Parts: sequence; structure tokens; C-alpha cells
Amino acid sequence: MIDRSVPPTADPAPGTATNAASNPALLSLHGVHQVFPGPRGDVPAVAGVDLEVRPGKALCLVGESGCGKTTTARMAAGLAAPTRGSVLFRGRNIDAMDKKERSGFRRAVQYIHQDPYASLNPVRTVHSTVSAGLRRHRMVADRREARRVTAELLERVDLTPAEDFLDKYPHQMSGGQRQRVAIARALAMNPEVIIADESTSMLDVSIRVSLLNTLGRLRDELGVGFLFITHDLAVAKYFAWDGEIAVMYLGKVVERGPTPRVVNDPRHPYTKALISAVCEPDPDLARTRERVRLRDADIPDLTDLPPGCDFHPRCPVYAQGVCDTHRPPLVRDHDRLLACHVAGQG
Amino acid sequence: MAVTTVASGGAGVWGAIWQGVTRSTSGFLGLCIVLGVLLFAFVGPLLIDTHNPTDVTKIWGPITSEHWLGTNHEGKDTFVQLVLGGREPIWVGIVAAVITVAIAVVLGGIAGYVRGRIDHFLLQLTDITMTIPFIVLMLVVASFYRTTSPMVVAFIIGLVTWPYLMRSIRAQVLTLREREFVEAARIQDLGTARILFAEVLPNMAGYIFINFIIAITNAIYAVVGMYLLGLLPSTAANWGLMIQQAWDNNAFLVPAAVPFLLAPMAMIMLFQIGLVTMTRSLEQTLDPRLRDR
Amino acid sequence: MTASRTAPVPHEGPLLSVRNVDIGYRTGRRTLLTTVHDVSFDLHPGQSMALVGESGCGKTTLGLGLLRLLPRTGLVSAGEIRFRRKDGDTVDIRSMAKEDLRRFRWSEAAMVFQGAMNAFNPVLRIEDHFVDTFRAHETGRPRRRKEILEESAALLEMVRLDPARVLGSFPHELSGGMRQRSLIALALALEPQLLILDEPTTALDLLTQRAIVERLCELREALRFSMVFITHDLGLAAELADRVGTMYAGRLIETGTTRDIFHRSRHPYTSALIGSVPPVSGDLIVPESLPGSPPGPSSPLPGCSFAPRCGHAVDLCRERRPEPEVLHSRGDGLSHTVACLRSRELAAEGATRD
Repeated sequence: MIDRSVPPTADPAPGTATNAASNPALLSLHGVHQVFPGPRGDVPAVAGVDLEVRPGKALCLVGESGCGKTTTARMAAGLAAPTRGSVLFRGRNIDAMDKKERSGFRRAVQYIHQDPYASLNPVRTVHSTVSAGLRRHRMVADRREARRVTAELLERVDLTPAEDFLDKYPHQMSGGQRQRVAIARALAMNPEVIIADESTSMLDVSIRVSLLNTLGRLRDELGVGFLFITHDLAVAKYFAWDGEIAVMYLGKVVERGPTPRVVNDPRHPYTKALISAVCEPDPDLARTRERVRLRDADIPDLTDLPPGCDFHPRCPVYAQGVCDTHRPPLVRDHDRLLACHVAGQG
Repeated sequence: MAVTTVASGGAGVWGAIWQGVTRSTSGFLGLCIVLGVLLFAFVGPLLIDTHNPTDVTKIWGPITSEHWLGTNHEGKDTFVQLVLGGREPIWVGIVAAVITVAIAVVLGGIAGYVRGRIDHFLLQLTDITMTIPFIVLMLVVASFYRTTSPMVVAFIIGLVTWPYLMRSIRAQVLTLREREFVEAARIQDLGTARILFAEVLPNMAGYIFINFIIAITNAIYAVVGMYLLGLLPSTAANWGLMIQQAWDNNAFLVPAAVPFLLAPMAMIMLFQIGLVTMTRSLEQTLDPRLRDR
Repeated sequence: MTASRTAPVPHEGPLLSVRNVDIGYRTGRRTLLTTVHDVSFDLHPGQSMALVGESGCGKTTLGLGLLRLLPRTGLVSAGEIRFRRKDGDTVDIRSMAKEDLRRFRWSEAAMVFQGAMNAFNPVLRIEDHFVDTFRAHETGRPRRRKEILEESAALLEMVRLDPARVLGSFPHELSGGMRQRSLIALALALEPQLLILDEPTTALDLLTQRAIVERLCELREALRFSMVFITHDLGLAAELADRVGTMYAGRLIETGTTRDIFHRSRHPYTSALIGSVPPVSGDLIVPESLPGSPPGPSSPLPGCSFAPRCGHAVDLCRERRPEPEVLHSRGDGLSHTVACLRSRELAAEGATRD
């Protein structure tokens, strides 16, 4: 049933990556902003982000909590409307879509939540959860076919034998199995893009890798494009090795480029700090590695951002007179995009 | 961590209800009382001789082997009246509860899920409905239509008592709609009606069921109260009517009339106590997350 | 920061000596579901030990059981937990009287719970938590509030928090990292000899995690307390622990120095667990996946509990339960022990890590 005719590529969205011409973006965000009203003034959760998701590629969005990565993901999924900027699906602004187009977009871009305990309806069985969309959108003819297709989907996400899982309730399964059910449900819609918001962070390490492998197969075999949100750089590195990483800080992308380049040779001091903060499972490495020491451990308040570069109060390499007066733009720097006055000079 | 999960899942809501009621002693006792009263009121009339003529020679007769609970002010057998008098209040209670709960669930669900102007309008409607004085309304209805049947009473009770439940269902739907599984259903483009009735409301099945039972008890009290106040015409035998007649004939002054006054009250209280104890032990078990524990 | 950390205080025997401990939960009037089986280890003064494993393997139960902080239905049903107190006497925590236990906790052994938010009373300011803690353990005359607050400020400065800002705040006004650090400061208030931390950095951001790890390292050097910490983050164990114990299905299946575990682990489960963590530095390494999940406590297996998931299991593994065996005896509780029937064969074949 997984019929995945590669969509005719309409006018490709203007992309910044080098392979834009050969592999046009499915989903792209152009200068999106999201401002939430707060008790102490407006909170600019996302302030001008450009991203593209390409078929069969993964784009990882990394950053600390409160950096706007989840808000960005929700705008990309159409779950929240940007206060400024636009979200384009196959080159069409999703705001300008008519009902039918919108429905197509809705199904083509699927979102997997962080918490599989919350994202599955506790009173419905696996079969009922996964097949709801199939039945609703007449993708199956009758109950028997619905059951068969659901079983196929479960096998695809490595819940085997599927018969054992079809009639289970969420509370009868482990966290990893639940997350697989959530993925199977997303797959039922034949998605072209999957947005995964910290989808592996609540799972045990032992399960995390096999779930990432399952997602990786969907990406490689079905050509699904991934927008993968994580705070775990090791996971980002593993999942998006062929793709891109974008590092977000306080609502803006500060560094973005091919994964191997960004992880192995980070340039932005914030990226450097993040990578050096990872605890490696190797006692010798852990004790000899060089650490980036930040000047301030705490993130500034979004309602009261510092002048100049947002990172300068914490930045170990900040240059007085430049970083605290001018905000560095995100510009191309050799193999990546970088927003830093100091690192960008080299 | 130490919780053992029993691998049974497909029991469904009725299985869960059964499990919930039978699990604790008090719940089971409640169920037995409820079933006992129901059998008494609905099967009882089939088993006894329901011919119960007025007999002026037996007014306020004592308890005998012929008249288990004595006779009343008209010389009718009290026990036969008691057996015949349960159907009506119980039926009224159930019908009124069905109406109340149906209106409350549908309107509360829509108001909470759709929000916006519909929500605003429905809230106004609850405000208006809540201000209707129930007793006065009954007086008016009773004075216009002398032959008010018990079902009309049930409808009126149902039509004026829904706002309280509707408001609490709306409040729960408001929080449930923000849950991630509801958002997941929206991402699947499942459609509003389906999301509301198949995803959101089943999560409140236990709450709704419990409120249904509470609505039955309230409606029974309401209808009995109305008989007691003489708002409803005297027709067939009826527990509420029995109490009213006992009251009107100063039964509390006649020692021999005590059974005629107390027996219907005891039946009503027994039924209510049974429902309430049964409900309490049901409260958790309708939630599948708690079912297997 | 490396060599000095492992050097223990003068030899006086272990601070904490756990022998054959079983911990269970009452499931009925007479039924006990044992979730932790036969755990033994020693912790010497100044050492830090990590308990690692998947969720549901009994790590938290063991941590709580060590200080008898289990929920009402839980109890330590067998074994000994001997602790050397500040006055030099050794006591069995299992047989301590209630009042004695209350004094002992926090002043001699403190616990930092998972989820710092729940550990604080939401309606009390941080300063009130400090005052309550000090007051609850006072023996002599009651101290003045001002005196206590000065001491609390010093503690908060040790974890690099601004006392002026933190003391007067309510718990919800602080960020997760600040709460966690306040909790560590509070745990250290009475200078305990032992600190038990349950998932100290889980749910915190990377940079905040890093700050907490650094604070703990510094504090341990300055105050010389011993530490048992429970984590599923192997990176954290590699960084913060002198010794690591791997738990699986309620049993301690391997213990050893951090190097033993990460470079020479002899249990296939430990090896698989370490192998499943993708590293962030270096080239792309494809981690091994470890399919399946641990057996529940209600369905114990006759043989090795890891056998169903183990790629090296033979028939004997499914029949006989492996007992912990000392591979390397080193004293000071630094021995390498493993509970695997095939550990020697596998090491010879090179199947486990080297």
C-alpha cells in the first residue's frame, strides 16, 4: 500500500544549500518569527529562522530548552502560525492553501511528539490508533484491509509480530514500543516529511539506537525528509550524518552546515560549548578533553535580550566593542552558515 | 515499577465496569442492593397478585400474614403498593438522567472543543437554563396539564438540570483538547466530530457514567419531592405518592401506619445508597490506565 | 582533577558496606515482589560509584533502600547495610530505630531525588528549606535564623548560585538547573559523609548538566564525601564515577573501576549498553542496538536474566544463575566482579570489550 510516487517538483524554493538544484526542498521556512505575549512583555521565541527539509535527508535542529526549536518545529508542521514569515510546502505558502491543498499538506507532513505516553490515546488500541487515519481518508476498503495494512505498518517500524501488538492498549507497552506506534501512525499517512520533536530523548539508551535505525530506514528507503529536533548532539550526529545540523540559540540559528563539518569542527563558540559539554562514555576521553568554559552558566531572559550578539554575555571569545553592539548576521562562511563576529573572521 | 500488568485489554468499558464493581466488597454490595431493588420493582409485579382493591374494613390494618406490611388509609395492601410503586420513579430517574447526560455531553463537548462563538453562545444558554426555577416550572406545567405523565416530568427534569454537568464536561474537554494525542489526531486530519466523539469523550467515559448515576439519584429525589409536595396528580401506585398520601392522612400519628410511611422511604434510600456505593468503587476502574492495577 | 580524585582517605575500611540485600514491595498481605536481589558492594570514604542500567532495573529502588526511604509498601527484606558513622561506630541501617534514622539521614547520608521540583515544598522559599533542614537536626540550643542563613549563603556560593537571588525565591521561580544546584547545596548542608543522587542531571540542558558535573567534582574534592549516583547516562558515569555498577533485572551484574567497565567490561550486557551510546567526537561510529527489554520482576527466569537478549547465551545460561565472581581483586572496593558464566570464554574470544 505504500505507494510513494515521487512528487513532481514544482518551482523549487530558494535554498541556501549547495544541492538545492538537484534536490529541491519539500518544506521550507522563510524568516519565520513567533512572538508570544507574556506577563513581562512579548517573548520572541523564534526570531527569523530559514530552514529547508529535503526528501530523504535529515535536518537536525539542536539547542537547549527555550531556544525555540520546538516552536520552530510546530510552525513547520502547521500547528502554529508564524507571527511573521512564511512556511512553504512544495513551494506553496501553507497560509494561502485552499481546503483541499491544506488537507494534503496536513497528511504529508507528520509530527511525532516527544512523549509517547501523552501522544497515544489511552483508551484506544494500537490498531484503532494506527488505522484511524487510514479509515478516515478511505485509504483502505474495509475492516480486514485496515487490519492488514496496520499490521504492515507495525512490521515496518519493527513491532513484530504485529499480531501481538494490534489489540494492545498503550499502557500495556514499553516506552519504546509506544513511540514505534506513534511512528506507525504517522507512516499511515504516507508522509513526505516527518517532524520528530525529541522523539528519542525519553527512551533508554539501549532502545534509542534501534529507534533511530528504524527512522533512518524510513529516510533512506522511503525518501522521507526529516526535521529532527534534539538536544543530544550525539543523536543528531548519528541520525543526520548525511544531512545538516542547525544550532539554535535564543530563537535564532547561529550555525548551520553539513553534520560532519559542524560536529567535528564547530566554529560558533556556542556550538563549541555544546559539543564540549557532552559526557562521553569513555573515562579517559572524558578527563582529558578540553572544555569550553562559559562566562555565565545561565541563559538570558528572552524578554530582556542583551544588545548586540545574544550570546556575548556567556561567550568565552567575545570581543568588546563589536559583539556587544552589533548583532552578527547569519552569513555563508566556506562550508556553512555562521553568525559570529569573531569566528566568522577566520 | 513493581506493578504487574495483567495482559488483558479488550474487555471494553462494560468489562471494566463489571471488574470495578466486583473488585471491592462495598462495590459488590452496592451492586447487589441496586439489582435487588430493580428486581423488586420490575420483576416483583409479575410474581405477585397485583389486584389490590380498596377495602374500607381494613383501613390502617396491622401487619399480618396476609398483609405483610399492613394496609393503608384506603384498606389497600401496602406491600403490593410497594412492589408496584418502584417502576415509575426509577424510570423517571433513568430517562431524566439520559436526557441530562446526553445534552450535557454533546453541548459540553462542542463548547469545549470548538470554542469561539459557539462556546460563548452555549455558555449563555447554560446561564439562562440555570436561572429557570425548577419547582415553579413544575407548578406551571402541572396546572396547565392535569394529566401530566411521569415521562413529561422526566423530560422537564432532564431539560433543566443539564447545565451543571455540561459546564464540568466543557472544562474537562478544554484541558483534554490540549493533550498531545488530540493534537496527533488533528495532524491525521481526522475531522472535528470524530476527534471529539471518538478521541476526546471516551477518555471521560468513567466520569460520564458516574455522573449518569448521580443524575438518576437526583432525578428520583426530584420526582419524589414533587409527589410529596402534591405537584403531580395521583395516578398509579408510586413510592413518592405513598409518602405523600401517608403525610396527607397524618400517618405519623397512627402507629399502625408506620410501615406505609417508612417502607417507600426505605426503598428509595436503599436504591440511592446502592447506587452511590457502587459508583464510588467504579470511579477509578473506568480509566484504562488504572484498569489493570 | 583526575588522579587526586580517586585517592581515598586513609584506610579505615568501607564507609558503606552492602551485603546480600534484597528489596521488595508488598503486593498483598503476605506477598512480596522482590525487585532487587542479592546486591553486595563496598563504598570507601571519598569514592564515587555510579549505578547504571535501563529503566526498571532496580537502580532507584536500591538507592532509596540504602537509606530506607522506600515508599510505604517497600522494604529491605534481607541482607545488611552497614554504615560507619561520624563517631566511628558501625551500624546496620536496616536495624536503626525510627528517630535515630531520621537524625542519621541528611546529617550523615543525604539523598538528592530525581526531579528537583518535587523535592521542594512549592509554598516555601528556598531559605525556609535551609532553615527547616538545619533546625530539624539541631542538638544543642536553637540557632538564630540569621546565623543559619549566612551558612546557607555559603553553601549556595559553593554551587555557584547567587544567594541574594536564590534564598528569597520560591522553587518555581528558579530554572531547573538552579533548583538542582540548590538541592545539592541543601543536601550538603549538614556535611554528610554520603550523598546519594538519583539521576542528578536528567532533564537538564547540556550546558546546565555540564555545570552540575563540574560543581559535583569540585565539591567532592573540597568536602570529601562519598557518592552513589544513579543514572542511565553512561557518559555521566564515565565522567563522575570512580567505580561503576551495572544493574540488570534487580541484580548487580558487574562492578569495577570506571576503566574496568568502559575499557574491559566482562559482562555482555555492560558491553552492549556502552556500545549503544553514539559518541559525539570522532568519525561516525554505528552503535550496536540492544533489542528487547528486561524481564519484569514478576516473572523471574531460572537462569541468567539477560540470557533472552544475550547474543552469547548458551543452554547453561538459561539453566544456571551466574553468581558474582571476582576477576580482579584490588582492595578498597575497587575489585572487578562480574556475574556471567561465560565471562572468561568471551574475553578470550574478544566478544566483550577490550
